[in-house]
Amino acid sequence: MPGSPKAKLETVAYHLNGSAINARPGETILESAARHGVEIPHLCHKPGLRPDGNCRACLVEIEGERVLAIACCRRPTPGMAVRSDSERARRSQRLVLELLRSDVSGTPQDSANELGQWCQRLAIAKPRFPEGPQPPADLSHPAIAVRLDACIQCTRCLRACREIQVNDVIGYAHRGAASRIVFDLDALLRTSSCVGCGECVQACPTSALAPAGASRFAAPEKAVDSLCPYCGVGCQLRLQVKDNRILRVEGRAGPANQGRLCIKGRFGFDYVQHRERLTRPLVRRDGVAKTPNPDFTADLRRVFREATWEEAMQRAAAGFRDISERHGPHSLAGFGSAKGSNEEAYLFQKLIRTGFHSNNVDHCTRLCHASSVAALMQMIGSGAVSNPVADVRKAEVILVIGSNTTENHPVAASFMKNAAHAGKTLIVMDPRRTALARHADYFLQFRPDTDVAMLNGMMQTLIEEDLTNDEFIASRTTGFAALKAHLAAFPAERVAPICGISARTLRQVARVYAGSRGSMIFWGMGISQHVHGTDNARCLINLALLTGQIGRPGSGLHPLRGQNNVQGASDAGLIPMVFPDYQRVDEPEARRRFESLWGAPLDARPGLTVVEIMHAIGDADATDRIRGMYIMGENPAMSDPNLPHARHALSRLDHLVVQDIFPTETVFYADVVLPASAFPEKTGSFTNTDRRVQLGRQALAPPGEARADLEILVDMARHLGLDWQYAHPRAVFEEMRRAMPSMAGITWERLEREGSVTYPCRREGDPGEEVLFGEVFPTADGKGHFAAAPFSRAAELPDAEFPWILITGRRLEHWHTGAMTRRSRVLDAIQPAPTVDLHPTDLDRLAAGTGDPLRIRSRRGEVVAYARADPGMQPGQVHLPFCYREAAANLLTIDALDPDGKIPEFKFCAVRIEPA
Amino acid sequence: MANEVCFRNLDLDRPWLLDQYQRRGGYEMITRILKDQVAPSQIIDEVKKSGLRGRGGAGFPTGLKWSFINRDLPGAKYIVCNSDEGEPGTFKDRDILRYNPHALIEGMVIAGYAVGANAGFNYIRGEFWEPYERFEAALEEARKAGFLGKDILGSGFDFALYSHLGAGAYICGEETALLESIEGKKGQPRYKPPFPAQFGLYGRPTIINNTESLASVPEILRNGGEWFRDLGVENSGGSKLFSISGNVSRPGNYEIPMGTPFAELLEMAGGVRGGRELKAVIPGGSSAPVIPGDQMLGLNMDYDSIAQAGSMLGSGAVIVMDDTNCMVKVLERMSYFYYEESCGQCTPCREGTGWMYRVVHRIEQGEGRQEDLELLDDVAAKIQGRTICALGDAAAMPVAGMLKHFRDEFQYHIDHKKCMVG
Repeated sequence: MPGSPKAKLETVAYHLNGSAINARPGETILESAARHGVEIPHLCHKPGLRPDGNCRACLVEIEGERVLAIACCRRPTPGMAVRSDSERARRSQRLVLELLRSDVSGTPQDSANELGQWCQRLAIAKPRFPEGPQPPADLSHPAIAVRLDACIQCTRCLRACREIQVNDVIGYAHRGAASRIVFDLDALLRTSSCVGCGECVQACPTSALAPAGASRFAAPEKAVDSLCPYCGVGCQLRLQVKDNRILRVEGRAGPANQGRLCIKGRFGFDYVQHRERLTRPLVRRDGVAKTPNPDFTADLRRVFREATWEEAMQRAAAGFRDISERHGPHSLAGFGSAKGSNEEAYLFQKLIRTGFHSNNVDHCTRLCHASSVAALMQMIGSGAVSNPVADVRKAEVILVIGSNTTENHPVAASFMKNAAHAGKTLIVMDPRRTALARHADYFLQFRPDTDVAMLNGMMQTLIEEDLTNDEFIASRTTGFAALKAHLAAFPAERVAPICGISARTLRQVARVYAGSRGSMIFWGMGISQHVHGTDNARCLINLALLTGQIGRPGSGLHPLRGQNNVQGASDAGLIPMVFPDYQRVDEPEARRRFESLWGAPLDARPGLTVVEIMHAIGDADATDRIRGMYIMGENPAMSDPNLPHARHALSRLDHLVVQDIFPTETVFYADVVLPASAFPEKTGSFTNTDRRVQLGRQALAPPGEARADLEILVDMARHLGLDWQYAHPRAVFEEMRRAMPSMAGITWERLEREGSVTYPCRREGDPGEEVLFGEVFPTADGKGHFAAAPFSRAAELPDAEFPWILITGRRLEHWHTGAMTRRSRVLDAIQPAPTVDLHPTDLDRLAAGTGDPLRIRSRRGEVVAYARADPGMQPGQVHLPFCYREAAANLLTIDALDPDGKIPEFKFCAVRIEPA
Repeated sequence: MANEVCFRNLDLDRPWLLDQYQRRGGYEMITRILKDQVAPSQIIDEVKKSGLRGRGGAGFPTGLKWSFINRDLPGAKYIVCNSDEGEPGTFKDRDILRYNPHALIEGMVIAGYAVGANAGFNYIRGEFWEPYERFEAALEEARKAGFLGKDILGSGFDFALYSHLGAGAYICGEETALLESIEGKKGQPRYKPPFPAQFGLYGRPTIINNTESLASVPEILRNGGEWFRDLGVENSGGSKLFSISGNVSRPGNYEIPMGTPFAELLEMAGGVRGGRELKAVIPGGSSAPVIPGDQMLGLNMDYDSIAQAGSMLGSGAVIVMDDTNCMVKVLERMSYFYYEESCGQCTPCREGTGWMYRVVHRIEQGEGRQEDLELLDDVAAKIQGRTICALGDAAAMPVAGMLKHFRDEFQYHIDHKKCMVG
């Protein structure tokens, strides 16, 4: 039956240019023709974008139809006879190309110009039509050059901007021949609301929108399929390389990004070429003392001298050996990196555990989601996400709390925005009104620090209104009675004045979340970085268990992981209390397994966490004072809370070896500096926030004498007396498969072939589990455990002396401590200086305007940053990104820790503000 | 025999008022339909029988269009009236809004009932401020009298009706651009299929009819489809409003039976002004190909007669030109209009209209080249049928018509670099 849903699933047999071909269900004439090698000219069509049919270059003749049809929109019907090569069709196609040629200035130059290619193929000579007037170029934006004289009005950029990334910047203004692509209300691109994702650049067929700079017409030597080095979304991309430089970056259709990228992933690769790259090993000059507050802008050569690799490695290893012999293995510690590969993380922790004989190994997961992981492990037995981001398509309700997703996980946010626009209910809860809120059905701008009260209030609503999933609670959970008793103290009406959200709204949102067929919760650092971060996360897990919103496609929990490989580094055991795959060091059975795998005795005592290590350096009385450290790719001199204290501690280390690509702030405290490789200079596997293991492939050679991190680690191990033989990351990965049952089924070859495999994947050939906990939870009894969360306050509340609340965070263009992005010309040009966000009325109160310097003091330190008015802030609160060396936000933050996750409270401390 | 349908109340004092409309049986039809719960299919059949064809210009059978909507489909469905009367030469819908707004309202309620729609929009041309206010006032009267809103006349049938004032774009008269505009978007036509009957306003099944079509419905139902059909001729049922303008003594709207000889219409309009010679007529709005005067005098005002002469009846806008008109100048003005009004979405129209205008302009300016005529022929032929909406056709057809009938004037411009007419 034509028109019935079943008919749509069948292939369609039809004739194209006299040959019988089949169209797949839903395929257009253009798509099926392309699959059969028949080229039909097209310009406004691009796979992934909604077909728009505006360029009319794909006109074809259909037998029995009066007018021509466009192949990009038209779907064939059985028996249809289509000709793309008839004289009538060809003449029409040629006219369209000729008209478009007359609309652009000159002859298309770049080889990638699709208009030029089609004109060449159809032998379109100089158009008969006179060229019209052309708009001037807009070269205002550091990342994107706009040359509308090459524009053919195909609106691919517009669809990319509005329908893919949902940034709503590009418009099609004016009418008829005057029609023109505009940004906002015809602003210059730089002054528009453009976020620089470059989806438009990727979509443009004629380089009317192109990467700024000279790379527009350069032809690449090779293309390397790799990954984005920035956030945890795990975007797959392709690096176009020439002369050991990256010319341009394109998104690939990876499962996590579907071809999309953000500004960092697309335009933020030039950091690898920055002149400050470390290219030779360095050792501290004799007589240059370490001080807590070195001049980070000082000439590196005054502090260090260059050394050979052999000298540097001997010094590095000798320093560790010496401390270990004199003070014992617990006086050594290591910080690995969530920016490195799985293999690097695995070898680093193995080195600390078998070379230093200590479990004092940690990394920045401690600073981002340690509390989330603590709650997840306690309650459902697994610290990773239950569903991928892509499940927003399957969900009915998407709840995002404590996450500035559009800036920190921009590509993930684009899928959330797509879902919201497809009619899904988006709930955003955050003390700051960030860009995602514009797309939300419900936006709850609650008071900072009141998450537990608010979420308990929502849960109590569900209990009062009998909206809990009793069957799920009975069969899949324990501890409900205790939770119920606890929640009785939190009626919505009572928590409303605490969190600043009306009881009516709290109840409504609770009902929406509970009542849908699938609800997803996403959360970020706004939840985790509190002294009650674990309690915050517990509330979210309670909410999911209470309603049974977990264990199905489109229904689950997703802590948005920050770093590109924070998931993988954690899985690989870069955590003081667990071996790889979260096997506890204090469990004898686990320890024995690793002792036999690694052939070395292992310490049974859990090690210290990041901030504890910093404390243990400064604590002269401690029996296990930390005296020597190996830091690979981390920058605690910027990322740790209460930096005055952390920097003081770093300066007191007897021996510090830093392995990095730039002279980070931490490097200035080092004794030995090892020049390492940037992301595109090495190969390795990386695990994204969705638990997808993906391959980053080497595209460039490291500069100077810089070496791949894996090689340096192996070398270090040998200098510490270990007999390590790893010729290739593949060999490390093979060992990891033996150590980690959850990814035992993933082979390197499969990664190379498929590009992405999701774990758990226990046996070779397993497809990998995208959605977890369908039947049981990986806890001892297989059940989810409710955990009541008491409402407590931040460690440091505002008072008369320090009346403001400081919230730290990020900027879209900068990554973490800025080590990479502040050395990206493009990214730093867009956000070149430290800015602090305040509500406009607060600025008035301070008699300051946008751009005025403000001095922000806390009990720990002070910085000066430039004011930025942000009506999304609540009065009395300020937001300061922590990526700026010259106004390091962590000089102000407090190092109070969450008792379970040991995560510091980056999201709340008291400050005072005055014009500087 | 004139003024029997849309203009039947024109002789009354202030005919736009509700009580005047009701004096001659206004709202009786919808009252009877709702009271008797007349089967919707019966209404649609009656409209089909009447031979009513879309009065906006396309001439698609109205009853057939209504039957495209599946009345039982759950969810919202809409009736949209196209009062974005923008075709140069057309001004009939404006007078319906001014003088007989309740006929339109009643027609829309009936249409809503027939297709199972509970809401309607009347999209009124941006420049029609005064007719818009008149229509708004009529809506208010109808709402108060209970002919609009919830549970109309206790029947359980709901129909809400809103007017929407356009913002001055010709393209919004294209039905899908009109829908985009109501939705608050830029007025750009949609690719079809899907047609509005499946995917219309807000993606819901929608019937879009011209003002005159909808305003004719109550009278058709009152007197029966056959009565209406028999007013006209074969294939062109009913009477129709013709807007006659140009070089005539009494330009204006005339509601006359389909099939009336053009000569009679011209006479009603007082003949060619100043007794000059009839040179040419554009019989159906500016996009209809021009017909030489002597040929036109032998034609009747119905769909088939005009079509056989190579033009179209269109919206019934009859533009009369005497021998003082330079056809190059006329085409230049029309080409400029389409160049100015192209939405800019698809290549042939966006680039082609500008390009056609520039070529005609340079011929008019005495800068034409011999190959320009061929080029015009070629481009006009290749725009037609290749654009997203009919604006491309509308822009191309006058070019083809002019070159067909008045090629010598263009040739004269090229050869002598001046006008033949003087």
